[in-house]
Amino acid sequence: MRLGFLLARRGATGTGRGWHWTDVATWVWLICGTVLMFGPALWLLSSSFKGPAQLAEFPPTLLPYVQAEVQVEGYDDPLPLYAVTLPDGTEAELAQIRRIGINAQMVDPADPETRVTVNIDDRAPIRSIGVATDNYVTPLVQNDFLRFFGNSLFVTVMATLITLWTNSMAAFALSKYQFRGRGAVMLLIVATLMVPLPVILVPLYSVVSSVGLLNSLWGVILPTVATPTGVFMLRQYMLTIPDELLEAARMDHASEWQIYWRIVLPLAAPALAVLAIFSVVWRWNDFLWPLVVLSRRELFTLQVGLNSYAGELNVQWHYILAMTVVTMIPVVLVFAVLQRFITSGIAGAGIK
Amino acid sequence: MTAFATRLGAAVAAPFALLARAIDLPLRGWQRLTGMGGMAAVFLAPNLAIFGVFVLIPLALNFAYSMTGGTDILLPDRPFVGADQYARLLDCADYSRAVTCREDAFWTAARNTAVFVVFQVSLMVAVSMITALILNRKIAGRGFFRAVFFFPVLLSPVVVGLIWRWILQRQGLLNLIVVNLGFDPQVWLNDRLYAFAAAVGVSTWAHMGFYTLILLAGLQAIPRDLYEAAEMDGTKPGRVFRRITLPLLGPNLAVVLVLALIRSVQIFDEAYVLTGGGPGTSTLFLTQYIYETGFASLLRNPGLAAAASILMAGVLVVLTLAQLALSRRAERR
Repeated sequence: MRLGFLLARRGATGTGRGWHWTDVATWVWLICGTVLMFGPALWLLSSSFKGPAQLAEFPPTLLPYVQAEVQVEGYDDPLPLYAVTLPDGTEAELAQIRRIGINAQMVDPADPETRVTVNIDDRAPIRSIGVATDNYVTPLVQNDFLRFFGNSLFVTVMATLITLWTNSMAAFALSKYQFRGRGAVMLLIVATLMVPLPVILVPLYSVVSSVGLLNSLWGVILPTVATPTGVFMLRQYMLTIPDELLEAARMDHASEWQIYWRIVLPLAAPALAVLAIFSVVWRWNDFLWPLVVLSRRELFTLQVGLNSYAGELNVQWHYILAMTVVTMIPVVLVFAVLQRFITSGIAGAGIK
Repeated sequence: MTAFATRLGAAVAAPFALLARAIDLPLRGWQRLTGMGGMAAVFLAPNLAIFGVFVLIPLALNFAYSMTGGTDILLPDRPFVGADQYARLLDCADYSRAVTCREDAFWTAARNTAVFVVFQVSLMVAVSMITALILNRKIAGRGFFRAVFFFPVLLSPVVVGLIWRWILQRQGLLNLIVVNLGFDPQVWLNDRLYAFAAAVGVSTWAHMGFYTLILLAGLQAIPRDLYEAAEMDGTKPGRVFRRITLPLLGPNLAVVLVLALIRSVQIFDEAYVLTGGGPGTSTLFLTQYIYETGFASLLRNPGLAAAASILMAGVLVVLTLAQLALSRRAERR
């Protein structure tokens, strides 16, 4: 507090360029915030490259290491390499054949005939920074994760395209036509902004089941596409398109559909792009609804599949972590390329 | 950025140009037949149809479900039981103790959710307010930091839950820090209090960036000259905040409060992946109760789940109306 007072005096007098205590607090907050916001994801990334043995270690290392291995004559698999302190005090690099209790049977790679037994406390693994790519390859190839990824991709792309199409048509009608009941439709759409999924979970399930979409990716897609947010956002944008443009096109005998498709849609492209980005992120991240609709494993999306693997009694963290990174990749790409666009979009619309 | 968006839009639209031309022919006929009014109907139809089937019908059906019993999922198979499900949910010997209730899981979930909402919303508003005020200052790299705080908002709740489960586990990063500070390591998520705190903290971590943006937009809309005038009058910073910033930020603050409250009451995904409702029932929240009662448990009871969801909707409506009334009064002052 006293320090703050001194700094405050310094900032307020003289050139006014000194460090006010609020400047210090600002930078402490920003730097701690950056560590807290990015740190967990970076820790996940680093952990996802560690092998199962290294993941079980405490204290954990910051970076992933791989155990050095060596091919020894007479053994089919490569053996792990250790730095060993021998009983006579000399140091040697030996390969471990197997571990028996507190002892390890070692062999000198240069002289495969002689075996040495050493206490496990006298040996330390030789490691170098490296990545356990198996964490990524095995679940994608042998487990179902490639399929989960495909399902997620299908759901995201289809839902986004349908969202853009139906929402933009509705927004066009609501912004460019005068008809009876327009206010009522608008009110209805805004009111359903307030209907969260948990509130209609049971009846929605039964509706989807009675139209035969249970255990189908379309059952995941269709209930999500008529987003009120999207209609609202696009309508607000389309209201700014001058009606004179539409009238001029009508003079030239353009059909209403052509006006929508050739004039209004291209002009609304910025708003459509924002909605597309939102929709991609929403649909990629959806969890509760797919969890309810999909019970067959081959239909799982990435989120549901990931949760199901992480819910097993014996969690295989080395696979889970790697697949969490895979699940994160598209969203991180969207973030990296379009973050400026998104943040200004939200600040402008005030909605998500 | 606008040029980019236009190009993106064009690229998305290109493959559909052909389809659009095919649709145009029958629609021209329809337009000649019905005129402009008919066209409005055509444009509205797909969205409203999906809307009706997947939002409005379920909304109406929910009341019907809440008044039926049995384990069947399709409505015609379910016997009418009147208000029995509500009676069962509300049947308590002593409302302050969940164990005395017939549906003790519901009351545990309701109490947990209430406590969660109080702590999470306060933390959320405080943290995003501070961050927004800081980002509103003239600092280097403002755009970068704005993005930094927004980053977790885009992550999926499952990813968020797993990231933090990994950090909070026995050999995790948090224990590394704790041990280095000279304390004993903990199995954080096995402790009732820590697990609850983790649910509050993690969900705040994941969503604060969104609310920060809304508040920041509000702060940037406050005219600079008001602050300059206050400075010339020698007004103290605390007073400037209370008399200029807070009142003018009112509408945005109200939006943030309403949204944070509504989402907080529905907490599910992150908490479910992080703790699974445990240890015991210490982080069991209402949405998880509805999900498990309706779908996941062996003795599933869709009617009970529907009744619980209607009670939850009632709370949401009351909260929203109260919040709107409050913010309107604040605006008038």
